[in-house]
Amino acid sequence: MIRLILKRIALSVPLVIVVTMLTFVLNNMAPGDMAATLLQGEGSNAQYEELRVKLGLDRPVLEQYGDWLGSAAQGDLGKSFFTGESVVSLLNQRFWVSFSLVIGALILCVSVGISLGLVSALRGGFIARAVDVVSVAALIFPSFWVAIVLMSVFSVWLRWLPAVGYTPLTENPRLWFLGLILPVISVALHSITTIAKQTRDSMGDTMNRDFIRSLRACGIPERAIIFKHALRNASLPVVTVIGLVTVSAISGTVFVERVFVLPGLGSLAVEAALNSDIALLQGVTVYFTLLIIAVNLIVDLSYGWLNPKARVE
Amino acid sequence: MTDAVQIDTPAVPRVAGRPNLLLSILLRPLGLFSVLWLSIVVIVAVFAHQIAPYDPMQQNLLAIKQYPSAAHLLGTDAFGRDILSRLIVGSSGTILGVLQALSVAALLGISLGVVAGYFGRWVDRAIGVYVEIIMALPNIIILLVILTIFQRNMSIAMIAVGIIGSANTARIIRSATLGVRNELYIEAARITGLSDLAIIRRHIIPRILGPITVQLSIFAAISILIQTGISFLGLGVQPPFPSWGGMILEASVAINDFPWLLVPSGLTVAITILAFGLLGDSVRDSLAARWTHTSTPQKQRAGFRAGTTSQQAFDDSAALSVRGLTIVTRKDGVEKALVEDLNFDLAAGEILGIAGESGSGKTLSSLAVLGLLPAGVEVVSGQMRFSSKTYDLSNTRALRPLRGQQIAMIFQEPMAALDPCFTIGHHLVEVIRRHTPMSRAEARAKAIEALAEVQIADVETVMKKYPHQISGGMAQRVGIARALIPAPQVLLADEPTTALDVTVQAEILDLLRESQKKRKMSVVFVTHDWGVVADICDRAMVMYHGKALETASVEDIFARPSHAYTRALLAADPHAAPIGERLPTIQDMLKEGSR
Amino acid sequence: MSANTETPLLSVRGLNVYFGPFQALKNIGFDIPTGTTLGLVGESGSGKTTIGKVILGQVKAESGSVIYDGEDITNASRSRRRGLGRDIQVVFQDPYSSLNPTRTIGQTLSEPLMMAGVTSRTDIRRRIKELLDIVGMPADTADRYPFEFSGGQRQRVAVARAVIAKPRLVVCDEPVSALDLSVQAQVLNLLNDLQRELSVSFLFISHDLTVVRHVSHRTIVLYKGEIVEEGDGAQIQDAPQHAYTRTLLAAAPVPDPARQREKRQRWREMRQAQLNT
Repeated sequence: MIRLILKRIALSVPLVIVVTMLTFVLNNMAPGDMAATLLQGEGSNAQYEELRVKLGLDRPVLEQYGDWLGSAAQGDLGKSFFTGESVVSLLNQRFWVSFSLVIGALILCVSVGISLGLVSALRGGFIARAVDVVSVAALIFPSFWVAIVLMSVFSVWLRWLPAVGYTPLTENPRLWFLGLILPVISVALHSITTIAKQTRDSMGDTMNRDFIRSLRACGIPERAIIFKHALRNASLPVVTVIGLVTVSAISGTVFVERVFVLPGLGSLAVEAALNSDIALLQGVTVYFTLLIIAVNLIVDLSYGWLNPKARVE
Repeated sequence: MTDAVQIDTPAVPRVAGRPNLLLSILLRPLGLFSVLWLSIVVIVAVFAHQIAPYDPMQQNLLAIKQYPSAAHLLGTDAFGRDILSRLIVGSSGTILGVLQALSVAALLGISLGVVAGYFGRWVDRAIGVYVEIIMALPNIIILLVILTIFQRNMSIAMIAVGIIGSANTARIIRSATLGVRNELYIEAARITGLSDLAIIRRHIIPRILGPITVQLSIFAAISILIQTGISFLGLGVQPPFPSWGGMILEASVAINDFPWLLVPSGLTVAITILAFGLLGDSVRDSLAARWTHTSTPQKQRAGFRAGTTSQQAFDDSAALSVRGLTIVTRKDGVEKALVEDLNFDLAAGEILGIAGESGSGKTLSSLAVLGLLPAGVEVVSGQMRFSSKTYDLSNTRALRPLRGQQIAMIFQEPMAALDPCFTIGHHLVEVIRRHTPMSRAEARAKAIEALAEVQIADVETVMKKYPHQISGGMAQRVGIARALIPAPQVLLADEPTTALDVTVQAEILDLLRESQKKRKMSVVFVTHDWGVVADICDRAMVMYHGKALETASVEDIFARPSHAYTRALLAADPHAAPIGERLPTIQDMLKEGSR
Repeated sequence: MSANTETPLLSVRGLNVYFGPFQALKNIGFDIPTGTTLGLVGESGSGKTTIGKVILGQVKAESGSVIYDGEDITNASRSRRRGLGRDIQVVFQDPYSSLNPTRTIGQTLSEPLMMAGVTSRTDIRRRIKELLDIVGMPADTADRYPFEFSGGQRQRVAVARAVIAKPRLVVCDEPVSALDLSVQAQVLNLLNDLQRELSVSFLFISHDLTVVRHVSHRTIVLYKGEIVEEGDGAQIQDAPQHAYTRTLLAAAPVPDPARQREKRQRWREMRQAQLNT
């Protein structure tokens, strides 16, 4: 088990390097450099050259990247082009908002998704059809549009929940919770239906397998067959899907934080993009990549735990 | 040399009555809808400025936030601009973006996926690294980086979306290809001498067109979401120029007093995405309809209701007696009888063989006794007399208490009959504790006893093993041990030796015979093998197309078969035939292909 | 070896095959004279299918040689292999996976002909019609898709595909094992008829000694990658020399209760003797 973790972590180091290098290489390929972008066509040649030196753009790309990587390894991701603040401290301020959003969405979509999937696999009928309809709806309506509709219904019209903004947990736990409800639902909605459908399909497949029939023939009660045997076997593809939807939920925060004006990493990334703040964007990229690597690691571990074939050999 | 040969032009004319692809898509209501909508959107996108009733950027501050009217079919926005015109002009950006992303993803994704799946080895591993790296990217953030670096150039962004999307497309196409690659017709084509390219073109691609179209339609939907999303974030098309995503952003500003603005933009996006999805499904179904069963209703055989069967009296001396068993399957509202009005008696302490070929209903008849029929197959009538009680075989729930405890069963695929997630020991302990409450340790001791009884050596090691670590013969021994634990009066054996080698089969048959004698069990033994019938059965019932043709002692069945079918079947067995001579067939009796 | 003066169509010598550290075939050697059938019998893991794969070029041999019509094809190049596709063909066990469901029977049958250089469409059509007639399929079969046919019918189409370009050797890998008894007889008869008409040679691989005995001129018994016995079919059945062959014979049940009772008794004694040693 420990070897698996170490192997995964070793494999993710080159990944982080590739991803971050990508931004440097692209930056070099782009027409006009960051200094020109920041000056937006104004300023003299002298100002431009000065900014280039200040940003380190006058040196070769690999050298720039080497410097960046060297300080990144020491926990320094540079300074924002736009505000001059330390990228790491900006990111750390924003991290917990996105983290609570993603974890909340994950808890919601795993619990609701798996229960809905189970019920529709075993009972079929109305719930199965409802899952189908909602999952089509969740696929075809953009998450940010759904978020706006939810906000206009529950905040503007019914006034049940706060519309925008974020209250830290330490300040007011109740408001923190209420403020996260709609964003979490908006992020989770699509994932819930994806997990529900996968659970239903793999439960359906598993219930048709031979060993279920032979357990029945041995007189094992239906409840034990479903919750002990079938669910365990059906869980492998579901775990894979949970990993995939978590990654897409992390991306989804970009839109949802924007709609609900939450000060998280996603909205930070959009602000950075709007301000052409490449240094800050590179920092966000590193954080998001690390998050995704962590998710994949957890998926791999649960896979090994659930599947004796992977574990024993 | 091979590629110059044109095989794709069929040497024979196409079958009449099979419509071409486009026609068969249009004949499906959802296909028609999606083709219509997408054509409208594309035409509108191309001729946007000619079609739009108003200038999409013309403000009219006297007519702001109007609901739909004759002048403005979809109303006006916060600046009094015509919403319909803005939707029309905004469509070109979305459609162009989708086409850019889709073509890149299709080209890269399909070729990488097919190549990785077909060639395997290092090619597969190299492409796997590409896929894994891209799938681990925070893709939206990467898009933000690209938009920033390339100064909000939407074309470059959408091509990047295509490259990112190629990874998942390649992954799905690869696994579809893997599923096909080991089919025997691919092997046959390779042996015949076809080149790899020809095999991919003729045998792989047509087979995976279904997953390809579905994946591409899903990806088209995703790229619409991303394209509108970028504009929604304010990083794409810059206002006041209209875009679908930008219009949703404008709507979000006005939700306090004019929520209508959300409707036209949101619905347009949703319907377009829906149309792509439905188009994918229709194309897939239309493609597959050429070469798979289509649900053409067959002539209905009516009257399989309870009560229409002849009711004979139960044989009270029998251990188990079945009367009037009729099993049907329903497909597309058409009922088909799989077993019709079957009667049989299992005498106490005997082994009754049920012999027949595939489709005779022999396995279903044994499953029906315990209510274990697969989904879609059910008993419509049938009674069973067992230990002085009468059971209605169509009432599965009432049969449950019998399972394991009084009537046990073993199956054809011994490995598949075990749950791959649990050890052999766990399987046995679970059944032991189900039938007699006891501690885990006691149950373990009993399990070891049970395994020793089925002559498994080194029991302790076997207990700790998972099903995939033992052989088929061993798995069947475990299956028998598990079935015999609660000391059932009746054992149903459904082709328990068919999947095994002949030397292992002999051992299992011996084991079954010994256990049957020792425990004085009655056994129903389902098989297609006449040698096995002769070996283990006392009496045999011959089944054909859901009906019992004859039942007699094995001596009589082989020496004096009373039914012509039995005679013909026994004659077709090469055991009796002189070497190299023609075997007598029963072609005239069997109308093959009537299914 | 048989006292055949002609050079055999196929000659295998000293074949060794490894899968990793596991030796799948040990020093295999045999001949198939033109127009005859060689039966290969063995249980799972005996290596019988691997022998077929080596001949078809799907598995590489560690050492030894496969001589086809005087030519060493053991390590034939990819392009030579593709040329051999005309001469050496195959019939598999599973009639469902053997035919591409997306192609009509006509398209499937035309493939070997085109590879053999037949380009005229009328020739192809005529030849397909002939072959379908020989294997006893209705004339309109060519326009239909595989899903419209039963397992036995599909297997006859698979046989037709194997012989349509007049190959000289066909490897039949368990061709009747997935078929019902009633259909099995038809396919076995078909193979016998084809051999008489086309003087094609067969390598007939099966786990069923009775079936092999019925179709083969000579039979080889394989056990754990080694040939334990070789002889003509009747001889192996009636006077088996090797202990494994005897066990195999004793274990296979016969459809005759009285004879089977004796056989069963013999098997028990044999097994008891084995367990004692």
